[in-house]
Amino acid sequence: MALLQIAEPGLSAAPHQHRLAVGIDLGTTNSLVATVRSGISVVLNDEEGRPLLPSVVRYLSDGNIEVGYAAQAMQSADPHNTVVSAKRFMGRGVRDIANITNLPYQFLDAPGMVQLKTAAGVKSPVEVSAEILKTLRARAEKSLGGDLVGAVITVPAYFDDAQRQATKDAARLAGLNVLRLLNEPTAAAVAYGLDNAAEGVYVVYDLGGGTFDVSILRLSRGVFEVMATNGDSALGGDDFDHRIYCWVLEQTGLFAPNAQDTRLLLTRAREAKEELTYHPETQITAVLSSGQTIDVCLTGKIFTEITQSLVNKTLAPTKKALRDAGLGVEEVNGVVMVGGSTRMPQIQRAIGEYFGREPLNNLDPDKVVALGAAIQANVLAGNRSGDDWLLLDVIPLSLGLETMGGLTEKVIPRNSTIPVARAQEFTTYKDGQTAMSIHVVQGERELVSDCRSLAKFELRGIPPMAAGAARVRVTFQVDADGLLSVAAREKNSGVEASVVVKPSYGLSDGEIADMLKSSQQHAREDMDARNLREQQVEAGRILDAVAAALEQDGALIDAKERATIEKNMMVLRGKLEGSDPNAIKFAVEALNRATENFAGQRMNASVQKALAGHKLEELEG
Amino acid sequence: MLDFNQNHFELFGLAPAFSIDLTQLEQSYRDIQAQVHPDKHAHLGDVERRLAMQWATHTNEAYQTLRQPLSRARYLLQSNGVDSGEETNTAMSPAFLMEQMEWREAIGEAKAAEAVEDLERLAARLRQEMQQRHEGLRVSLDEKRDFGRAAEQVRELKFMEKLREEILHALEALED
Repeated sequence: MALLQIAEPGLSAAPHQHRLAVGIDLGTTNSLVATVRSGISVVLNDEEGRPLLPSVVRYLSDGNIEVGYAAQAMQSADPHNTVVSAKRFMGRGVRDIANITNLPYQFLDAPGMVQLKTAAGVKSPVEVSAEILKTLRARAEKSLGGDLVGAVITVPAYFDDAQRQATKDAARLAGLNVLRLLNEPTAAAVAYGLDNAAEGVYVVYDLGGGTFDVSILRLSRGVFEVMATNGDSALGGDDFDHRIYCWVLEQTGLFAPNAQDTRLLLTRAREAKEELTYHPETQITAVLSSGQTIDVCLTGKIFTEITQSLVNKTLAPTKKALRDAGLGVEEVNGVVMVGGSTRMPQIQRAIGEYFGREPLNNLDPDKVVALGAAIQANVLAGNRSGDDWLLLDVIPLSLGLETMGGLTEKVIPRNSTIPVARAQEFTTYKDGQTAMSIHVVQGERELVSDCRSLAKFELRGIPPMAAGAARVRVTFQVDADGLLSVAAREKNSGVEASVVVKPSYGLSDGEIADMLKSSQQHAREDMDARNLREQQVEAGRILDAVAAALEQDGALIDAKERATIEKNMMVLRGKLEGSDPNAIKFAVEALNRATENFAGQRMNASVQKALAGHKLEELEG
Repeated sequence: MLDFNQNHFELFGLAPAFSIDLTQLEQSYRDIQAQVHPDKHAHLGDVERRLAMQWATHTNEAYQTLRQPLSRARYLLQSNGVDSGEETNTAMSPAFLMEQMEWREAIGEAKAAEAVEDLERLAARLRQEMQQRHEGLRVSLDEKRDFGRAAEQVRELKFMEKLREEILHALEALED
């Protein structure tokens, strides 16, 4: 665990300053923010001492926005303008959303992602999520008393590229610097593993409000290695509520209730589900807008029966993940339960039976993801942690390209450890073909139409050649956030094209900047002040890092190179005296360029040292 | 600077051979990732972060190549200037082709009958046969240094790898 750092007397505290970083669990039903304080990961409560923030956003016609409990209280009274479970719509089109006709929203089918018509205008799920993140950011900055260096935002492991990109956009829109997108079950494993000093193979079964993930991890001497992950990004507690809702309609003969009644009954259904965790039966009562009274009794037995198929839907991905990991149930050392929905007794029973062991419930299933994310954020922000540990995560779904006949050619298989890059060569199929259209898809199915389309781009300007003579090398690179970029290059002519894969709703950096400005939350001066402060923080970070590197590894470079670096550091320090954010930015870039070779040398040396240490151990052993 | 032409075996401190100490490979892999992984450089500048991504990507690639017997054999052949010819050389011994046909029939039947247990039995048998071929590769590559024979064995293993994938897909489809 991280230790609190105290500066040496007489020295400036700046280089050792604890950098404020948080972990955010952006959930379907509830969201949380946590941080590492005095070496311990803690959830930050709101002013009334409540840890959870309901992931509910209400848009009012006067332009005001309510987030959390206030919005939740109005969801039945104002269903059209009160958005719940927006996470289910992230990176999704109308076609993708289950039970869409039962949802009380006015959807607009925009390219790439649905949009919602509200009293305050058309909103995208990215904007809705950004409101939740802004609220959490404000909570954290108030509680910690300063600007955040950055945040780790968790996403379901089974989120595809479009859903991940949408989440990252939401964070940027909320003014958060994203240190990393971290998979929820992996975050839970970090919190659990570090807390229990766990070793061996662990399964994380994570059933949230709207998403299901299962990850198999091997924990060994501080390394958290994800061996396989699987899931369903449209399966969660909401579906159990919906089953109860349908059952109530059936029992009472109600048909197609209006939006208000639908929302009311869904809320009652959720309450009934929660009751059944602790009681054998529960009464569902509601007075509808027509004056009709609903009053039915739901037993745990019936609840188990009507949700049996949902429980089974979580077992199939679990089996697949085990097979991908090449393991049998008997090789599993523990099953960690994560997500509020795992409180349901039928889930506990089913998982206990399948693995032949009691699931582990010793961490609060609502908080464990945020706590793990905070631990990771603390390390990524550069606050040295006491013990060293490493996360090796994977991509959940295969990435590929469309080939002739609408077939998928897999380029990177699912469960590949990230970061990963893979190249594949393709050729032209017609004589004199000068362009090639490249269609990037994600999924396991053979037909392109059954996979998710991530991006389409064209490589133009290929010199005319005979069919099959061109050599087009397409390179996929997936970074540590699980986000993909693709580049294509014709080898004979050197013609190039590349895209950072963005879902087709594609918010560009410029658009996000515009949205930030138009949100009118900060006056113009505030924006400038914030920009300057950010540049200063960034510059300070780099200066500290370079100074530390010179002190530690200065011997790797000659005096001339060192002098150049030091000169650039001096220039940057000079710019920091002033208040021109652009000048600081340029000086940072110049320093970055000057340290390029040094950084490479250091990396090489660190690898050599790692291996040398290893060889030494062997000799001693 | 990061030298992408550096031999994968060298990267992990291993002697280039088909028969390797997998525990040492794994340990070296983890030791290197502990140094180069992007998480270790997230608080540094663009240069370090880019380098970290390149190094970690390269290390993952090298690790995956050496970890699997088929890709390790292919890589050893390549580093000795021998193309395994999996795309171009389709000449196989009649006996091998006959075996392949029998496998395909057995898989096809089990698939049609939706017999999960049969498929699992086939997978287990296939695993055994593949292991025997790995031993064959060890002899060709490490003892006899007969690269021509090894290339042939790689081509055969590639066929069996495809069978293995087919069985896994069939099992998966039956679970949906």
